[in-house]
Amino acid sequence: MAFFVARRLLYLVPVLIAVSLLTFSIASLLPGDLAYTILGDQATPENVAALRRDMGLDQPIWWRYISWLGGVLQGDFGRSFRTGQTVLQAVAERLPVSIELMLLAQLGALGIGVPLAIVCAARSGGAFDRFMTGTAFGMLSVPTFLSAILLIYLFAVELRWLPATGYVPFAEDPLANLRFFVLPSLTLALAEWPTIMRVLRSDMIATLQEDYIALAKAKGLTPARILFVHALKPSSLTLVTITGINIGRLIGGAVIVETIFALPGIGRLLIGAILTRDLIILQGVVLLVGAGFVIMNFIVDMLYAVLDPRIRHGHA
Amino acid sequence: MTDNVLLSVEDVVVDLPTPRGNLRAVDRVNLTLGAGQTLGVVGESGCGKTMLSRAILQLLPKKAKLSGRVRFDGEDLLRLPAEKLRQLRGRSLAVVFQDPMTSLNPVLTIGTQLIETLQEHLELDDAAATRRSVELLAAVGIPAPEQRLAQYPHQLSGGMRQRVAIAIALSCEPKLLIADEPTTALDVTIQAQILDLLAREQRRRHMAMIIITHDLGVVAGRTDEVAVMYAGRVVERAPTAALFKKMRMPYTEALLAALPRLDAAPHTPLPAISGRPPDPTRPLQGCSFAPRCRYAVARCRTEKPALEAAETSAHQFACFHPIEIREGAGA
Repeated sequence: MAFFVARRLLYLVPVLIAVSLLTFSIASLLPGDLAYTILGDQATPENVAALRRDMGLDQPIWWRYISWLGGVLQGDFGRSFRTGQTVLQAVAERLPVSIELMLLAQLGALGIGVPLAIVCAARSGGAFDRFMTGTAFGMLSVPTFLSAILLIYLFAVELRWLPATGYVPFAEDPLANLRFFVLPSLTLALAEWPTIMRVLRSDMIATLQEDYIALAKAKGLTPARILFVHALKPSSLTLVTITGINIGRLIGGAVIVETIFALPGIGRLLIGAILTRDLIILQGVVLLVGAGFVIMNFIVDMLYAVLDPRIRHGHA
Repeated sequence: MTDNVLLSVEDVVVDLPTPRGNLRAVDRVNLTLGAGQTLGVVGESGCGKTMLSRAILQLLPKKAKLSGRVRFDGEDLLRLPAEKLRQLRGRSLAVVFQDPMTSLNPVLTIGTQLIETLQEHLELDDAAATRRSVELLAAVGIPAPEQRLAQYPHQLSGGMRQRVAIAIALSCEPKLLIADEPTTALDVTIQAQILDLLAREQRRRHMAMIIITHDLGVVAGRTDEVAVMYAGRVVERAPTAALFKKMRMPYTEALLAALPRLDAAPHTPLPAISGRPPDPTRPLQGCSFAPRCRYAVARCRTEKPALEAAETSAHQFACFHPIEIREGAGA
């Protein structure tokens, strides 16, 4: 087990280096000079040259990468030239919003997808299974912005049950906070549950063909126990992988959803940084999000060992 | 046969729809088994013996069509409501499958898999069920049974896993145990141990048992009666001693001749049965063994022999030209 964890941790190093290289390239290889962007229209060549020297932009690109990476390793991700806020401050302010959004979205997607998958697998080929498989396929093709607008129209405009936009910190008023999160997380969950449902359904159908399921039936166990205890756990490995990969899709979805529902999260920070060409914030945030995604997937991989004792004991 | 019939299989037919047409896996099989009796069902791969066992257990694939009657302990299994059937399975009707590598759930501990059966059918609290599980594991010859409860199947050898599967099957003192090729997937050195364990527990618990196997050697000396199956049908059925004394059906003879013998000279070629079993999606008009039978005559290819008794009512066979009785022939 320790060996398994150590090996997976070792894999993280090259992945994280690649992430940092890519993020750095985004900011450095974009057309236009950062110094001109900062100084604006009124810049004189002397001012630009002075700023370039100050920011190290006159150095070769590999040197700039190494000194940036050196700063990052010491926790210095740079500072916005517009607001003066450091990247870490900006992220720390907005991260709780995005994490809450993604957590609720993931829970919602699992809450919809897992029970449906189990019911469909238990009656595979039946009318309900065919209907849900078709529905899932349809939902998979609905873009996030469309379902967001439809949900706002239905629940905020017509029924007036839930607020369309806004945000209250959880610490201030937990109930109001959750009310603001229902529609955004439901929007993301609607995009994610079909994948979860389809993957788990097909794995469950395969598991239900196993000898040990036939034996569980021969033992006279109840259908519920066979499905939830004997079939669900061994069918969950792909589901766990998908849940990890979905985090990446959720981050992408969060950029859109946070903008539509006016949630002050990482997604809005990114959009803002792009629109104002705040490249220091942009590259810092992208690096942190990328690293977060990689580390989340590492944790998800560790769940394999929890689910399957054979991995835990180093047999697989 | 005793009057106390526990299981009766009457005219059971199992049809499996396949892309190549209907496959008749079991063709009008009749069997009876008394309480505490043992029956061996013998035949080569694909002869329908496993499908017959699944039909008795009501564990056939969803698309399989089953007709006939299976009466067990006074109940008609084919018409039993699902809930009644569930209460019967594991409680009075138990099974041991062929491959212990796949028949135990890999993500649940041995203890969980034993205790859940006990608690499903018997009113036992956790402590009592655990105690009973330890006793069962000890009874099937597993060393350090207390420690095994917390272990997973992959931590045990194949023989040990099959012992666990037997312990699960025996847990609720079933009236009938169906052992479907219980030793085929095991090392030769373990096979005799497992068979002796089954025979011992069968006698001790006075439980009826069906042993399904392709190996006539497995049923010799361990069963009261033997049914030989070929192409979905029972082709010979007799008390075990009578069968080995004078087998009448050429297929049974060929099956026995194909067994390796310890007293044969080294490097003696095994007399294999030539040809292959008939395609079960294309039933033959005559005897299904006729194409491979060295005694076959014209009538065998046009007319299907029925399973009929000859001299003694207990010994039945389906053949127009049974092997002539010579005392001690083939043995």
